[in-house]
Amino acid sequence: MIKNEQAGLYIHVPFCLSKCGYCSFYSVVSPDLIPDFVKAVVREMAFYKPSFVPFKGFDTIYLGGGTPSLLSAKQLDDLLTAARHYFRFDDPGSNHPLRHTGEYPEGHKCRYPENIEITMEVNPGDVSKNYLRDLKAAGVNRLNIGVQSFDDRILKFLGRRHSAKEALAAIDEARNAGFQNIGLDLIYGVSGQDIRLWLKTLEQALSFAPEHLSCYQLSLEEKTPLYKQYSKESLQLPAENEALDFFMNTSKILTDAGLIHYEVSNFARSDSLKSRHNMKYWRHAPYLGLGPAAHSFLDSRRWWNKADVKAYLNEVGGGKKPVDKSESLSAEQLALEALFLSMRTNDGIHLQQYKNRFGADLLVGKKQVIDELMENGLLELKDGRLQPTLAGMAVADSLALM
Amino acid sequence: MENIRNFSIIAHIDHGKSTLADRLIQHTGVCNERNFQDQLLDNMDIERERGITIKSNAISLPYLARNGQSYILNLIDTPGHVDFSYEVSRSLASCEGVLLLIDAAQGVQAQTLANLYLAMEHNLEIIPIINKIDLPSADVERVLEEIDSELGLDPDTHIKASAKEGTGIEEILEAVVERIPPPTGSGDNPLAALIFDAKYDPYRGTIIHCRVFEGGVKAGDIIRFMYNNSTYKVEEVGHFLLQRAKREKLSAGEVGYIIAGVKTVSDVRTGDTITHQERPCPQPLPGFKEVKPVVFASIYPIASDDYQDLADSLEKYKLNDASFIYEKDSSAALGQGFRCGFLGLLHLDIVQERLEREYDLSIILSVPSVRYRFTLEDGRVLYVDNPTHYPDPAEIDKGEEPYIRASMMMPERYLGAVMKLCMEKRGVNSSMNYTGPGRVELSYEMPLAEVIFDFYDRFKSVTQGYGSFDYNMIDYRESSLVLMDILVNGEKVDALSQIVHRDRARARALLACDRLKDEIPRQMYKIAIQGAIGGEIIARSTISAFRKDVTAKCYGGDITRKRKLLEKQKAGKKRMKMIGSVSIPQSAFLAVLKSDND
Repeated sequence: MIKNEQAGLYIHVPFCLSKCGYCSFYSVVSPDLIPDFVKAVVREMAFYKPSFVPFKGFDTIYLGGGTPSLLSAKQLDDLLTAARHYFRFDDPGSNHPLRHTGEYPEGHKCRYPENIEITMEVNPGDVSKNYLRDLKAAGVNRLNIGVQSFDDRILKFLGRRHSAKEALAAIDEARNAGFQNIGLDLIYGVSGQDIRLWLKTLEQALSFAPEHLSCYQLSLEEKTPLYKQYSKESLQLPAENEALDFFMNTSKILTDAGLIHYEVSNFARSDSLKSRHNMKYWRHAPYLGLGPAAHSFLDSRRWWNKADVKAYLNEVGGGKKPVDKSESLSAEQLALEALFLSMRTNDGIHLQQYKNRFGADLLVGKKQVIDELMENGLLELKDGRLQPTLAGMAVADSLALM
Repeated sequence: MENIRNFSIIAHIDHGKSTLADRLIQHTGVCNERNFQDQLLDNMDIERERGITIKSNAISLPYLARNGQSYILNLIDTPGHVDFSYEVSRSLASCEGVLLLIDAAQGVQAQTLANLYLAMEHNLEIIPIINKIDLPSADVERVLEEIDSELGLDPDTHIKASAKEGTGIEEILEAVVERIPPPTGSGDNPLAALIFDAKYDPYRGTIIHCRVFEGGVKAGDIIRFMYNNSTYKVEEVGHFLLQRAKREKLSAGEVGYIIAGVKTVSDVRTGDTITHQERPCPQPLPGFKEVKPVVFASIYPIASDDYQDLADSLEKYKLNDASFIYEKDSSAALGQGFRCGFLGLLHLDIVQERLEREYDLSIILSVPSVRYRFTLEDGRVLYVDNPTHYPDPAEIDKGEEPYIRASMMMPERYLGAVMKLCMEKRGVNSSMNYTGPGRVELSYEMPLAEVIFDFYDRFKSVTQGYGSFDYNMIDYRESSLVLMDILVNGEKVDALSQIVHRDRARARALLACDRLKDEIPRQMYKIAIQGAIGGEIIARSTISAFRKDVTAKCYGGDITRKRKLLEKQKAGKKRMKMIGSVSIPQSAFLAVLKSDND
């Protein structure tokens, strides 16, 4: 499962113009550091060139944040060009692996093979026609637009700096710029949000026929402003039953509209339009994360960078990998991860592969519990895979502890 | 011998026995303030926390009396709970007198009386002490009245004291010297020493606590335990000061210890007589009996990997507790474990707590049971203390259960509530006696099984703590018994099976179902809990499933954190017991044992 999968490259762009109350990802409001940051990421790539050599090369790049759309088109182009130079990107459809030339001439541009998925998260407030055109020219072929809601009150509550109108316009612009793989991020379960309002938001999103939708139930992460606000104003997240209603209805409406509910919070128009990059996280495929706070995984080791831009710049400037910590996962830990990650996806877990990897037959060891879960409609056995049903996905974390 | 006094302090629980002992020790200067640890005689943490003495202990106090003479005052502490009344009697048998301690606010209580009777049986000189006179609620006049009317003692003989404040201490010591007779006996007679306690010392083996009545014993002697005729060579004898203090010899009238290479305390019987192999005494000292456990329960490790640890810990624990017995047991639901016998519920509590605290074990306890007697169709008689061994109902001719006589004392205003409780507990043959104005002594014959279930907690609760309770076993009586099982999602949890009176089965089953419902966490599927007799369901409850718990986002940066969280939950789950497909926490097993109104 691990070795045969191609790797993903993640670049964390830890800059925002303002912080959103709910977000727990690492970012700072100091865009003046962006130029240094871009140079540092390119240097970090050089550090990993000799050591991060996944068996089958890379086939995805994902620029996440923070707010990657704070990068200028030129800066983005620099990053992609450097990545193309330092790492091997195989065209998954081709039998002839491409090799980098070893040279990195200034101004030289090399194209990515067509089947490499290059995703960029963008804030609806940042996208102009020209910017989108330049992103596309630089090689970005998948846009993930942080819409979150089409309701200005909710956007304001969440601390988003764009309006509903800007979100609508951004999607139109992206289509006009020729992006054929667009994903929209939405949030539900905000305090006081009526489920009917949410379903309306969903309908609106569907009217753009997006290739991909991520619908996240709002969660309160400790240390976020929203967490404090909820406890101070004693606001409440939806109770279990209500949360389940949101979850089930979301799934129903989107699958009725022809999307595949392939992960707890993710829907795709077709199998090939699933987020190939994100799938790597759920399949224990290798990934290299660059930039502050980015996580990497190869074989059974995971490590992550310092969540501090200045420290990151200093380390890289001093010629060191800016790693904060790393962990070597035991077979038991890997097995637990494999379970809880795969139970998030409609694919579930391949029993024979699990057995090959961990030497344990789930159907034998956990038979009584699995039988009970199947009887209760939480799990299904299909094509040698143990898969969560929709109701199962809603309790995926517990399924992992079966 | 003229200058020795052997005495005990007897009291109802919490009337200040340990505090008084501390004051006497301080006053006689055995220890100074610096190394004084409150309530010295209560050695174990649990004793100190619960404020009761579990096992007796002894100390020799040197005292220079007002008459100018030096005395050795041997204070023999006694356990303060009904479970250990035999130990109390053996300690008292080692004395010539007692200090009968009465709380100035609470007055005479059930155990005050029970202990007084014990002391009278041994013809001991009794010195009534009214303690806690410093309390605002102290009512000395009333207590004096009770001493007269309820105890039948001369109220003029009392001493007022506050052990807490240190008042009356010297008067007490003088009374011990003046009023308690010196021991009798002769150092020339053959050795007769009464064992009143034994403690295990990892370096020396068993330390035998004894009172020498006749003759004397010294290192090198060959001694014999009269109940089983085993012989040992004495290694050391001595007195109890704060530590053991080695002496040349222990002689008639003295209290002290003997070390004789006895491996475990189980090789020693409290109440047994020690004599010399060569020149034995003609007969043992009176009063010996072998204490038998009356409450039984199984102990299982939560994780089956811990079985060996549990076995080792029980073996170690047993070294110091001769009245605890255990043997291997196994449960279909809970795996390998041990069936254990206890003197009572407090004893059971103590064992459980010490296993968890001192040996760091997580254990599950089955529902405690008494020992039932079944006569089968073919005439065979079976004693059953484990529901697992319940005989085939078709073969039972007669079932019987042990009965006790409960003695309770309380202010009159609680009489109605207590009678109601006793009736509910199948009490019969009540008798009632007004022992003083507004005070009642009530006695009932009750099945022991009802008493060990939750009687004591509820009694305390209905009398708001003003009631006191004591009991003794009387006999076996015929009873309509059934085996009640608990099923979780259709799987029988044999550790929760109980032998109960038919009329009580449904109430017990309902209670168990409710308790389990509260304690078993919701799981991904519905859980049905049922109480059954044979194939008939008599009670049920349901735990609904939880239906959403998944975290919304899980990308590269979230996985490690999420895994750590799940690892924690997984570890928590390991401490639960899987019954079929349901994880049951330890607390659920304990909750089934708890009373109605905790």
